[in-house]
Amino acid sequence: MRSACAWVAAAGLLVGSASSASAQEAAAVRQEIDQLRRDFETLKQQYGDRLTALESKLAAVEGAAPGQPPATPPAAAQPPVSQPPAAPPAAEVPSGAAGAGGPTGALPVYGSTVGGAKVFNPDIAVIGDFLGAAGHNSVNPQPAFEMHESEASFQAVVDPYARADFFLSFGETGVELEEGYATLTALPGGLLTKVGKMRAAFGKVNTMHNHVLPWTDRPLVTLNLVGGEDGIDDAGISVARLIPNPWLFLEATGQVYRGDSDELFHASTPSDLSYVGHLRAYQDITENSNIDFGFSAARGHNFAGIVDGTDRGRFTTTLYGIDATFKWKPLSRSIYHSFNGRTEWIWSRHEQFGGTQATWGAYLSGDYQVARRWYIGGRLDRSGVANDAALVDTGGSFVVTYWPSEFSQVRAQYQRTNYGIGSTADQFLFQFQFAIGAHGAHPF
Amino acid sequence: MVAAAASAQSKVTVITSTEDLASIGREVGGDRISIEAMARGYQDPHFVEAKPSFILKLQKADLLVAVGRELEIGWLPPLIQQSRNMKIQPGSQGYLDASLGAAILEIPTGTITRAMGDVHPQGNPHYWMDPENGKRIAKQIADKLSEIRPADRAYFQQRLADFTTRLDAAEQRWLAQMAPYKGTKVVTYHRSFPNFAERFGLDIVGYVEPKPGIPPTPQHTLDLINEMKRQNIKIILVEPYFDLKTPNAIGRETGAQVLVMPPSVGGTKEVTDYFKLFDYDINLLVEAIKKSGAK
Repeated sequence: MRSACAWVAAAGLLVGSASSASAQEAAAVRQEIDQLRRDFETLKQQYGDRLTALESKLAAVEGAAPGQPPATPPAAAQPPVSQPPAAPPAAEVPSGAAGAGGPTGALPVYGSTVGGAKVFNPDIAVIGDFLGAAGHNSVNPQPAFEMHESEASFQAVVDPYARADFFLSFGETGVELEEGYATLTALPGGLLTKVGKMRAAFGKVNTMHNHVLPWTDRPLVTLNLVGGEDGIDDAGISVARLIPNPWLFLEATGQVYRGDSDELFHASTPSDLSYVGHLRAYQDITENSNIDFGFSAARGHNFAGIVDGTDRGRFTTTLYGIDATFKWKPLSRSIYHSFNGRTEWIWSRHEQFGGTQATWGAYLSGDYQVARRWYIGGRLDRSGVANDAALVDTGGSFVVTYWPSEFSQVRAQYQRTNYGIGSTADQFLFQFQFAIGAHGAHPF
Repeated sequence: MVAAAASAQSKVTVITSTEDLASIGREVGGDRISIEAMARGYQDPHFVEAKPSFILKLQKADLLVAVGRELEIGWLPPLIQQSRNMKIQPGSQGYLDASLGAAILEIPTGTITRAMGDVHPQGNPHYWMDPENGKRIAKQIADKLSEIRPADRAYFQQRLADFTTRLDAAEQRWLAQMAPYKGTKVVTYHRSFPNFAERFGLDIVGYVEPKPGIPPTPQHTLDLINEMKRQNIKIILVEPYFDLKTPNAIGRETGAQVLVMPPSVGGTKEVTDYFKLFDYDINLLVEAIKKSGAK
């Protein structure tokens, strides 16, 4: 009797819980149906609009290709809501969409017969740098007009372990590989490793491509002490590691290069490698401002000992540098106002016949964004000459930059330079830069 | 065993690109995750600086949730690349592009060029401004968290169900609030509100920007003023990070009200989560529409 009661109670419980479960399920199903209905309505509307648009397009081209189906099947025009991303046709995905980093990894073109191969094409962009100069400069004369550089970039992921970046710099007469390297992202120990030809991590300006400089030219100290416009740019291996600490961003970089860099380093034998080391410390001061410090060192063989094609002197050049950058950008008005203050100091020890020449150079610059499209700035320059410490060049520039859009930029720069050899140059420099292709990252 | 137990108890570290994703992630992840956004709600999400301090955050992340559709193209790729964190590289388990499961509007068809301004070739990235997409974002985050922490699947799914129920109820309330004003014509600064407008029945008839990402020009502003007068448009919606000078001038000419309407959690100090975002925006709109008497 007792056990029978228990059985009845248990059965009752079971039925009860089953019925409440089914009620819950029904509610869930109803909810889902409602959701689907809403989605369907949205879709219907979207397809309706699209069909109308396509019909009018078809009407426009009718006669040109009678009986031909439209190039874009309407079913593929809009990605169905909450379905796997397989909808928009490959033909409509813009070139350059397949790249690293962005939301492009799962671009909805897989399985498409039209553009299946295109999806693996690298991001391609070209940046044109047109320069004009007026005025007089007998030491470093510049043409009135010059298509100074056309930089083509190709960037993509190689495989799960690496990505590759190529920057080809087309001058008016020749092509140069400005940078071309693979970045290995999967190495243990938090090592960020680059292999290839690259701009060395010596200070700030040396790492920057021409189009991200806040001026039309490079500072005197780069030209006099760090090997000219290209700076330290060589084939080698770079390893960078974050140094864990509770206070700030600290990154140490070590680089080994072949030892050939413009007019700075020259390798007479394969063992004449050059070395670059960089330590970077970064800290947010507030949400709107931050500061970035760097210490750099570089060493390699130079040209000074070469007599009749033989490196008799075996001389080296050693550089030390410090850099500091202060940035201010009020977040809620970040597209309208900002300020960048930057300085770099570089010491050079250049061995040559007759003894070592020790000199130094520096620049101090500031750029203020006065409105969404307008920047004003200035730069003060001072630099010794690497192979003649008695000579010191000084200069100053005033710069106005206007950005018609994110993809083009017009810049005017007035510059006065007093060269140590006794001449003074007054120049008005003009620059127009324009970019096409994939949207690159904004420089930091 | 001990290690497994310890890792099951440690929180999943989630970094999101925007505060909206962080708010939704917080709803789903509860106390089993720690979650933080990089961009603030009152800054333009297209133009965030790729600060090294973000690299430190990304280095420790188990999961990165991005808005996608090229919203973050100017700043997120270099950060991911320098993060030295294999888990969050695109294509890895810890990288979630929340747009892939959302309903996206304004996907361009045919040829697009930058003559059209800074167009997003994969569609409008401001899709979180529709609560239906909010649910879809939540589901994707819950599924991703369940994948990363299978032991907590039931917890995440239960929180997802709870969030969805609450958001459904809130959405009904918002829809009811807006129902009397269906079809109200408005002008917005940037194309941040198409999903919001579609869900809540606003008719966006113009933009203060002549083209996406291009600042107002005198001619366009004049045309817009004439169009607003012709159609009797009394409301201009401006995202908090845009300058109010041009919208205010248009407002003076046309008698329209200029509303600073946050498109993101954190856009103003009252908007502290995803629910309050719609509460705030819809109250703001309803009050303004009532005041203007326009439709």
